[in-house]
Amino acid sequence: MAAAAGIGYHWRMKAAVQPRSAVLRTEAITKVYRSGTVEVQALRGIDLTLLETEMVVLLGASGSGKSTLLNIIGGLDQPTSGRVFFRDEELTRLSDKALTAFRRDHVGFVFQFYNLVPSLTALENVALVTEIAQRPMRPEDALDRVGLAHRMHHFPAELSGGEQQRVAIARAIAKQPDILLCDEPTGALDSATGRTVLEALVQVNADLGTATVLITHNAAIRTIAHRVISMADGAIVRDEVNATRQAPSEVTW
Amino acid sequence: MVSALNRKLLHDLVRIWAQTLAIAGVLGCGIMVLVMGTGVQRSLTETRAAYYERNRFAEVFVQATRAPRSLLPEIAALEGVALAEVRVVLSAVLDLDGMAEPATARILSLPASGNPVLNVPLLRSGRMPDPLHADEVVVAEAFAMANALHPGDRFRAVIEGQSRELVITGTVISPEFIYTIAPASMMPDDKHFALIWMGETAAAAAADLGGAFNDLSLTLGRGANEKSVIAALDRLLAPYGGTGAYGRDRQSSHAFLDNELAQLAAIAKYLPPVFLVISAFLVNMVLGRLIALDRPQIGLLKAVGYSTGAIAAHYLKLSIGIGLVGVAVGWGVGWWLGAGMTRMYADFFRFPFLIYVPGVGSFVISGLLGLATVLLGALRAVLASARLAPAVAMAPPAPPAFRRGWVDWLGDALHLRNLTMMILRSVSHWPGRAMVTLFGVAASVSVLVASFFILDVMAVLMTDIFEHTNRQQATLMLSRAQGEEAVLAAAALPGVRRAEGAFVLPVRVGHGTVSRLLALQARAADTQLTRILDTQGRPFDLPQRGLAIPESLADVLGVRPGDTVTVELLAPPRETWVVPVTALVRQSMGQDVHMAAPALFALMRSPPQVNAIHLMIAPEALPGLRAAVKTTPAIGGMVEWTDIRRQFDVTMNENLVRMVVIYTALGMLITVGVVYNAARIQLAERAHELASLRVLGFTRREVGYVLVGELMLLSVLAVPVGWALGYGFAALMVAAFSSEMVSMPLVISRATYAYATLVVLGTALAAALLVRRRLDHTDLVSALKQRE
Repeated sequence: MAAAAGIGYHWRMKAAVQPRSAVLRTEAITKVYRSGTVEVQALRGIDLTLLETEMVVLLGASGSGKSTLLNIIGGLDQPTSGRVFFRDEELTRLSDKALTAFRRDHVGFVFQFYNLVPSLTALENVALVTEIAQRPMRPEDALDRVGLAHRMHHFPAELSGGEQQRVAIARAIAKQPDILLCDEPTGALDSATGRTVLEALVQVNADLGTATVLITHNAAIRTIAHRVISMADGAIVRDEVNATRQAPSEVTW
Repeated sequence: MVSALNRKLLHDLVRIWAQTLAIAGVLGCGIMVLVMGTGVQRSLTETRAAYYERNRFAEVFVQATRAPRSLLPEIAALEGVALAEVRVVLSAVLDLDGMAEPATARILSLPASGNPVLNVPLLRSGRMPDPLHADEVVVAEAFAMANALHPGDRFRAVIEGQSRELVITGTVISPEFIYTIAPASMMPDDKHFALIWMGETAAAAAADLGGAFNDLSLTLGRGANEKSVIAALDRLLAPYGGTGAYGRDRQSSHAFLDNELAQLAAIAKYLPPVFLVISAFLVNMVLGRLIALDRPQIGLLKAVGYSTGAIAAHYLKLSIGIGLVGVAVGWGVGWWLGAGMTRMYADFFRFPFLIYVPGVGSFVISGLLGLATVLLGALRAVLASARLAPAVAMAPPAPPAFRRGWVDWLGDALHLRNLTMMILRSVSHWPGRAMVTLFGVAASVSVLVASFFILDVMAVLMTDIFEHTNRQQATLMLSRAQGEEAVLAAAALPGVRRAEGAFVLPVRVGHGTVSRLLALQARAADTQLTRILDTQGRPFDLPQRGLAIPESLADVLGVRPGDTVTVELLAPPRETWVVPVTALVRQSMGQDVHMAAPALFALMRSPPQVNAIHLMIAPEALPGLRAAVKTTPAIGGMVEWTDIRRQFDVTMNENLVRMVVIYTALGMLITVGVVYNAARIQLAERAHELASLRVLGFTRREVGYVLVGELMLLSVLAVPVGWALGYGFAALMVAAFSSEMVSMPLVISRATYAYATLVVLGTALAAALLVRRRLDHTDLVSALKQRE
């Protein structure tokens, strides 16, 4: 722990020991995909609680159901059964319109392929979100946080993959969301670039205390999180708290 | 066994069926107009030619006051004359049971043999009159039908001042009167204008033309020179009051039909290219998009050994598939509408039979044009696909590289939201695609402007004719010229509020080698009921001396005010004068020349005369006036202007509804074809980006704005372009529709521009919203999973 502080990260140790309220909670959610006569059980009764300010890595092989879970807690998809709560509000009862508002006000997304709007500059991609957010930070500040202040007037096609992903992170955090959901954010990047992206995510979590869920099939990344949840075949198989965390720069894959 | 590639072809066509239909619709319209226009034109031309041939329609015509029959052998012997026939033509006023207003008639004599050699009437019911029975006549079928007259029915006619009872033995139609219009009238009026054929002896007796004739027709031999025959004829008939011979081009029925055929030709010429060009662009757009989607498959096909040629051929076949649908639709609808329109024309004109010959040529040409259009449109996209190397094709395309430009300046200046910036950047990044949409929508606007401006032109013509020039309610046509006391007598009739005399005489106006047969109108100084308009359409007073001529005539003769023209009087004193042109007048229909009455009568060395009287009357005086016309020999007929106006309005309104429906449909079809395809392509290419926006928390409405906003922005920008294009088309149409007899003003009202704009923008919005609905149904999760 001391070592971690020594490498420049300001760890909020109290977060790991003091009781915190749940920002997001699922109750026995299942998801079944039907295509023709074939049924695929993507989720089999997931109970999950995400606490404020914590950073969780959701680990699992391809097809383990982790993206499905992320889509459901992000309000992009509805479970077949079970309930999802954001604080005291039940997401599973919300209309499509209310879900849109939920995403708009409370959730930040980061995707494997960045999903930036190609026709908008880095700054405009961030401003796109701050224009409709309730308590946004300045887009310039968001880009500064991910170390891209000097590239803000570039279009996505003019940025490297790592830079594009950091713009996506800036865009996700600029609205100061309650939850940050990242789906394989380093999946399309080489390891060196991937580490800069992870550093940005850890930094944001530390500075702003945004509850963060990071999906990966890359087990090496697990060490940067407060908590690691492992999934296999649509169910949670392990849920463990990291006694010690590694800085992203120490992670290798 | 269908090959795998061909099966893919069918799947592709089914997959893009809505877009295929939208393009095929636009293409089909072009083909349809071409097939229909040329079909109707050809059919009418062939029908008319066959009718002329079978019923021996003459080629040269002339009227005279009184020429001896002994002149006929001399005329028949003129070089170039094949057949010549003379007859007696006179006018009459009819009194029909149950009809208050008088009808007028033109009576034509039948030769003693009973069977004319030229202009042979075709019996439709009953029998031809017996030459021995002076009271037997046949009447034009249209008149009989309009008044429910049948063989055996009788009616009274006032011929040359004598009232006679006539009996109908049959009804006929004639190649001379395919289109019939009464003298001094502007519209066919089957109810009030009759054509009557009676035996020569009876007609000659009535007209006091025993042993003489006043009308002659002739046909020309092979290789004859019409001009020299006309000149010889005029020389021979000059001593007998010949009013100038003319060819078919001046024969009113023939000339009117010619004008109609020219209009059809103009539509078939100018409208289809618009549709074809747009179809080519649409095919280019849709195929380009399909090939972009198919990139990995193209790579795969090339990798497993399909040749570049086979792949290019595959996509060309796809475009041909679209083309075939369009051509089939166009052929089918064109054939059907063409047959319908030909029937409509055949009803309006009086043909005994109808030869519907749409012509293999127009089908072949339009089919080839249609296929060439889609192939041309496909070419660029197909070449791009053929050039793709397999490895490149299988890798996803590079993301579009945007650059900063004028859009940023605009965005900063106007503080535009980023959703709006997305729209502007998309437009500036794909200017070609934006241009296609813009041009397509502009074309829709232009088609509507160029269609509906006809109504504006008609409105101006109506105002010119009925409100600015002819303000009289009725015109009495006198049987022969009389002194000015006739006007005083008319003014004394009960209910007449104002009476003004008019004098018209036939003249030939010439300059250099060009001359025209026209009516010369004498205008008294205090004339108020009829007026003449200057070239700007404002009423003005005729100069005291010289001749005022229509602009169109000035152009034909090549004269301007200040120049002199020759005026040859085709009535006594049959002199030729050299007169200066002192003013130009605007006349939309026909060509009349005007001269101040004192100046004319001074030149004629005669006291003032009148042969028509214009009237303002109290409405309740009309029945009395009608009765007076029927019984007063000196009055040859009456034109009721309010009635003409009413008929005009009825005809206009009928055509208006039909025209509004057809052209609105055409304009909407182009808009739908263009906007729907553009929207579908946008949606397909940007599904990922738009889904991302939804994920970020943008509402359906906000995301829809990006899609619909761009299309509507382009549509709105297209409107002024469409106005300009429409103006250009309208100018072409005016040029094509105008002849010496009809000069159309180029006027386009704001209402026309506004209507075209509303229809097109409304349709564009509907088409874009239709596609937006698909956006609503996009599955966010699956849209995000696809890599662009």
